[in-house]
Amino acid sequence: MPSLKDLRNRIKSVQSTRKITSAMKMVAAAKLRRAQEQAEAARPYAERMERMLASVAGRLQGASGAPKLVSGTGKDDVHLVIVATADRGLCGGFNANIVKAARLHIRRLLADGKTVKILCVGRKGRDSLRREFRDKIVDMVSFAGQKRLTFADASGISVRVAEMFEAGEFDVATIFYARFRSAMAQIPTAQQLIPVALPEITAEQKADDKTGPQALYEFEPDEESILEALLPQNLAIQIYKTLLENAAGEQGARMSAMDSATRNAGDMINKLSQTYNRQRQANITKELIEIISGAEAL
Amino acid sequence: MAETTNFELVSPEKLLISQPVEMVVVPGAEGYFGVLPRHAPLISTLIPGVIQIYEGGQIKERIFVAGGFAEVTEDRCTVLADEAIPLAELDRAAIEQRLKDQKEDLQAAKTDAEKAALQEKIDVTNAMIRALETGH
Repeated sequence: MPSLKDLRNRIKSVQSTRKITSAMKMVAAAKLRRAQEQAEAARPYAERMERMLASVAGRLQGASGAPKLVSGTGKDDVHLVIVATADRGLCGGFNANIVKAARLHIRRLLADGKTVKILCVGRKGRDSLRREFRDKIVDMVSFAGQKRLTFADASGISVRVAEMFEAGEFDVATIFYARFRSAMAQIPTAQQLIPVALPEITAEQKADDKTGPQALYEFEPDEESILEALLPQNLAIQIYKTLLENAAGEQGARMSAMDSATRNAGDMINKLSQTYNRQRQANITKELIEIISGAEAL
Repeated sequence: MAETTNFELVSPEKLLISQPVEMVVVPGAEGYFGVLPRHAPLISTLIPGVIQIYEGGQIKERIFVAGGFAEVTEDRCTVLADEAIPLAELDRAAIEQRLKDQKEDLQAAKTDAEKAALQEKIDVTNAMIRALETGH
């Protein structure tokens, strides 16, 4: 049975924990708003990029001279797995879920006899994958301590990936991240980056386009060079998008984790205070009994 | 008001301009081209240069872009810029300093890939200076 003093200390420490978690929750809420705004602002570019890519690719469909980024290397032996996680913990199952999805994927690839290379974006992913796949991690990129994610950061990663691809270091690249559905729900998702899954021109888009068939576009200088410039840019924008979704998801996950931590601390304080009060009352009763029985004995 | 075409300027980080314009001149890879309403559909890459927005036959706004893509259809012109800065916000002294730094970096660069990347940056910076001097 803990003494009264122990209980008092315990209550005090849980109270300060609650203060910290509730402050973290509020910070995360503010950061979440900012991250969401940033993700929102990046959307128009991605949309228009997709539209343009569809028009250019529509022209090249079936052409034999398609760039490697689209057609792939024709092999499927070496896989690059990019695992995008947060740099910091204390955000519920956010990192663990992404890592779990990536780990399953990697194990399956290994079982199929493929070679796997891992590029970690964010410290947490590397920390948890290091144990099992130490020799497969080629590099780690971290933006810890950086207030805002910029396009240049994403672009840097994309340039690296493109260079590795050019050098023939892998055949297929997949990125693992958490799709941001709401502040409460982030869904671990795998997206194939290379070869690029080109957006198909839907019938709806065709009807929308007053200019009629896509083939009417003129190209300057020509389709191939435009596609060659568009694809790396598209890669960068895709990575940028996943990183932004991740950043928003991280803050959302942290916010709900800290919210339940705050609530748990509150419950615990209630329970502890009840025990404390009972114990105190028991002590008083015990003393009274001692006094009364002492008086009766006389 | 004359006939207009919808001009949009987008950078990866946000939508910068979305407004109807009478004419816009864009630095295409094969030369500057003007876009008027009912322009033929066109997709072009851009070189570092200045986008000029015209109103009433006068240049209303000049924006420097570091490269990107332009998509033109009959009723709109969309520019996806890698980096876009209004000309008025460019700082001459800072740019010249940057050019000097980049040239020094180029001297220090070892691999061809590094040199090519730096040369590209220098071209952009040079284009900025040219834009400041001549307005395009």
